[in-house]
Amino acid sequence: MTDKKWAFEDFEVGGAIEFGPRLVTAEEMIDFASRYDPQPMHLDEAAGKASMLGGLSAAGLFTASLFMRMMCDAYILDSTSQGAPGVDYVNFRKPLLAGDTLTGRSVILEKRVSKSRPGLGFVSVRHELRNQRGEVICEMANTGMFLLRNPETAA
Amino acid sequence: MSLDAKLGIGETVDLGSHTFQAGEIKEFASKYDPQRFHIDEDAAARSVFGRLCASGWHTISMWMKHNAASFPATVERSRQWGTPIEFGPAAGLRDLKWLKPVYVGDTITFTRTPRAHRALATRPGWRMLTTDNAAINQNGETVMTFTTMVLMKAE
Repeated sequence: MTDKKWAFEDFEVGGAIEFGPRLVTAEEMIDFASRYDPQPMHLDEAAGKASMLGGLSAAGLFTASLFMRMMCDAYILDSTSQGAPGVDYVNFRKPLLAGDTLTGRSVILEKRVSKSRPGLGFVSVRHELRNQRGEVICEMANTGMFLLRNPETAA
Repeated sequence: MSLDAKLGIGETVDLGSHTFQAGEIKEFASKYDPQRFHIDEDAAARSVFGRLCASGWHTISMWMKHNAASFPATVERSRQWGTPIEFGPAAGLRDLKWLKPVYVGDTITFTRTPRAHRALATRPGWRMLTTDNAAINQNGETVMTFTTMVLMKAE
């Protein structure tokens, strides 16, 4: 048994989990970029404006990492998550610019109980992140592993 | 073809290595992925991982740090085939696999291998470069693989 809100059984195929809003500041974008992706368009407003991104823009992996944090706060931290073996894809559709406010949603595509590890299930999810204009800036899909709430009744 | 040579198609670049410390694992995770097995040794010991391990987003961000550090030399090398290449924004990534955990004290070596490129109809002079990337631990085990799609100016 678990006291977590989200166990394998609680993810409903076709259902959606909404998250955000989250204001993104220049400071946190620059903090990430200076550590992990110090290209000029991620560090400096003028360099960003001169690039095809059109302004100080987030490193792709900052967008993905922030996306992860927003999902953590929305449901993963209050779940039986056992991590994820990977990510099918991440598409950067539009730049994330300083001052943008993000909202997101995770749509449950399918789920199944592990054959080799009863008590564990796989949940496949498609995630999207939108800016304040409703434009999708990033899409992601993956399969996460979650413990069952009631493993004995799953079969 | 000289564009293949200029973009290093088929050539694996050793991007260097990094030894992951407990402090930085917890610092990254507390910002972007605060699941208990990334921020608390005791909780990690009770989890499927058995020990404190890095967020997969930390591992790929550290790959990006080493990748970005290689850009100046990569651009310089491309001069022997004429106009130097220019790195642009990432369009996305796919098939990201976290094959094994990255534990405290693991020394991870990062690589990239450009595989293919195609012209972008909408942006003359720019190409979409597809690159296979990897992270390998001190025991020679591959801990992460993924493919990136990045815009490159190459003529």
